[in-house]
Amino acid sequence: MSTVVRESRFGMFGGQYVPETLMNALIDLENEYKKCLVDPEFWAEYQYYLREYSGRPTPLYFAANLTKALGGGRVYLKREDLNHTGAHKINNVIGQVLLAKRMGIQRIIAETGAGQHGVATATICAMMSLKCEVYMGAEDVKRQELNVFRMELLGAKVNPVNSGTRTLKDATNEAIRDWVANVDDTFYVIGSVVGPHPYPSMVRDFQRIIGDEVKEQIMALEGCLPDYLVACVGGGSNAMGLFYPFIDAPGVKLCGVEAAGLGLDTDKHAASICKGSPGVLHGMMTLLLQNGEGQILPVHSISAGLDYPGVGPEHAYLYQTGRAQYAAVTDYEALHAFEFLARTEGIIPALESAHAIAYVQKLAPKTSKDALIVVNLSGRGDKDVYTAAEAMKPGQSEAENMKAGDLE
Amino acid sequence: MRIHQVFEALLSSGKKALIPYITAGDPDLAVTEAAVLAMDQAGADIIELGVPYSDPLADGIVIQRAFQRALEAGTNIHKVLDLVESLQGRIKAPWALLVYFNPVYQYGIENFIARCAAAGVTGLIIPDLPLEERTELQRTLEDRSCPLDLIPLVAPTSGERISRVVAGATGFVYAISSKGVTGVRKQFAEDLESFIGQIRAATNLPIALGFGIGDVETVARIKHLVDGVILGSVLVKMIENAATKDEVVEQVSSFIRALRIELGCG
Repeated sequence: MSTVVRESRFGMFGGQYVPETLMNALIDLENEYKKCLVDPEFWAEYQYYLREYSGRPTPLYFAANLTKALGGGRVYLKREDLNHTGAHKINNVIGQVLLAKRMGIQRIIAETGAGQHGVATATICAMMSLKCEVYMGAEDVKRQELNVFRMELLGAKVNPVNSGTRTLKDATNEAIRDWVANVDDTFYVIGSVVGPHPYPSMVRDFQRIIGDEVKEQIMALEGCLPDYLVACVGGGSNAMGLFYPFIDAPGVKLCGVEAAGLGLDTDKHAASICKGSPGVLHGMMTLLLQNGEGQILPVHSISAGLDYPGVGPEHAYLYQTGRAQYAAVTDYEALHAFEFLARTEGIIPALESAHAIAYVQKLAPKTSKDALIVVNLSGRGDKDVYTAAEAMKPGQSEAENMKAGDLE
Repeated sequence: MRIHQVFEALLSSGKKALIPYITAGDPDLAVTEAAVLAMDQAGADIIELGVPYSDPLADGIVIQRAFQRALEAGTNIHKVLDLVESLQGRIKAPWALLVYFNPVYQYGIENFIARCAAAGVTGLIIPDLPLEERTELQRTLEDRSCPLDLIPLVAPTSGERISRVVAGATGFVYAISSKGVTGVRKQFAEDLESFIGQIRAATNLPIALGFGIGDVETVARIKHLVDGVILGSVLVKMIENAATKDEVVEQVSSFIRALRIELGCG
């Protein structure tokens, strides 16, 4: 029996660990999604909104200054930050909301951490005249006041979540609970390649547009495939979207970058792959930060979008099989990269994406001049300037203290 | 005593099973022990004990808070099973353990089942382990011929899944009264009667109804449909509001006694 390949799994990871009440809804979702997969009309509509509403294709920008400053391979930035609402999140939301409409569902719910996925969902719901409720940890509501205002401005209802650690993990629990209670008339738009099957595959398919475009663009620009793909990994949707079309090209190295927070040797990080172990959360078997008794641990990253104790099951699988490599960079390194990209290229990256840039700062100098490195600039940094300004104040932040510590 | 024997004895004398739930370690294990003994004495037929978990996605706010209190008090799965074991011979009601899958998985399925059996646990309720994911655990139970029932949960949304969910199951069927998480409510599934009828058509196992049942009146209203009732959040709330262990014992005992009268006593 154990040799039977299950569609709901990536090796040992994935699955559907949810209350029985949701099982038929997941099965309906999967069936409808399978129909969409082979329906050219569905994809034509999806492409239409990506192009006309979100502004795709996003550029693959040759970062000449960054390349020169790092003194190694040629660095390209995939400009997902130029999407409408400022991040890759909208690719997935357009796909899922079109699916919800096709299923005749009028009420949309979503979870959000920093608010990017919540804003994207509220945006598409406004445009498509659907009711939208967003669950957000009470801690994050406090930290991301502006995004709360944005969602409300767009007509969404934001529900602060006071349970557990009051962050993304708990917002996700609460969204699942809402779905259990309102499963007949509600579509749950998950924001990353996480959750029970079919979400991880579905969200990946709605994000693979990133990798598909990169493939075409780099072939046109350079005439060959890239040597490295680099992307940050929280739940992992921007990375999965970039990696997926290249999985069968063994020459392309896939590098995921997790949040090391205050350091992997502390208990304040969010590196579920680098430091986690297999377990079950939010309906999926994956790599988790947990204690020996299976309780999920509090996590930390300066970037709210990476502040998650698990990771998409397909990433866990890519890690386990060795197809992708995963590293982690600290808050301090990410802040440094945030500033570095602003100064060299005039682009302020999201703190999430700054983790990928930080990794490229280490990687690029070790590569030859003709190596091609594509890094996913998954979001823009406007939302983070306040956080960054606070953290960069001398002596004000943990990251700064760490910097001081490093110098001693 | 195994769970099916409890139901057989009750059914033959025209009574219904009373299955109270509390969270282990809320607010500490001493209160849990006292409450369990009190419920057993007041006439509970099966005791459902919850193992606290950080991310209980099938539970409403009352049980979430109980889990949090228990975890903050340092409760873990080992201490819960030690408590269960220490009460062997001191209570007559068999145990059903409510546990989320991740703590079981971390314990190791084999080891967990062996430890449960040794401690005297007779039933497992795992709210996030649907049919699709239960094969390994079920097979381990069968391979070791453990005297332990994996209680299947069936929801009003289960539809044609019901027959597959209950196939090969033992103990009883846990019928979820309505869509939603745990927590006292007035409204159950619109068509509770036909829902229970669908389960009856699929299995001979006894059926206990849970989720949302909060008072004697509700029990009186629905008891003719099922073979047992499960009450959780209402008891957890009593424990939350009680100031002392004695108050917990007093309130829980009198509530269980009232339910016992409603469900048939003696």
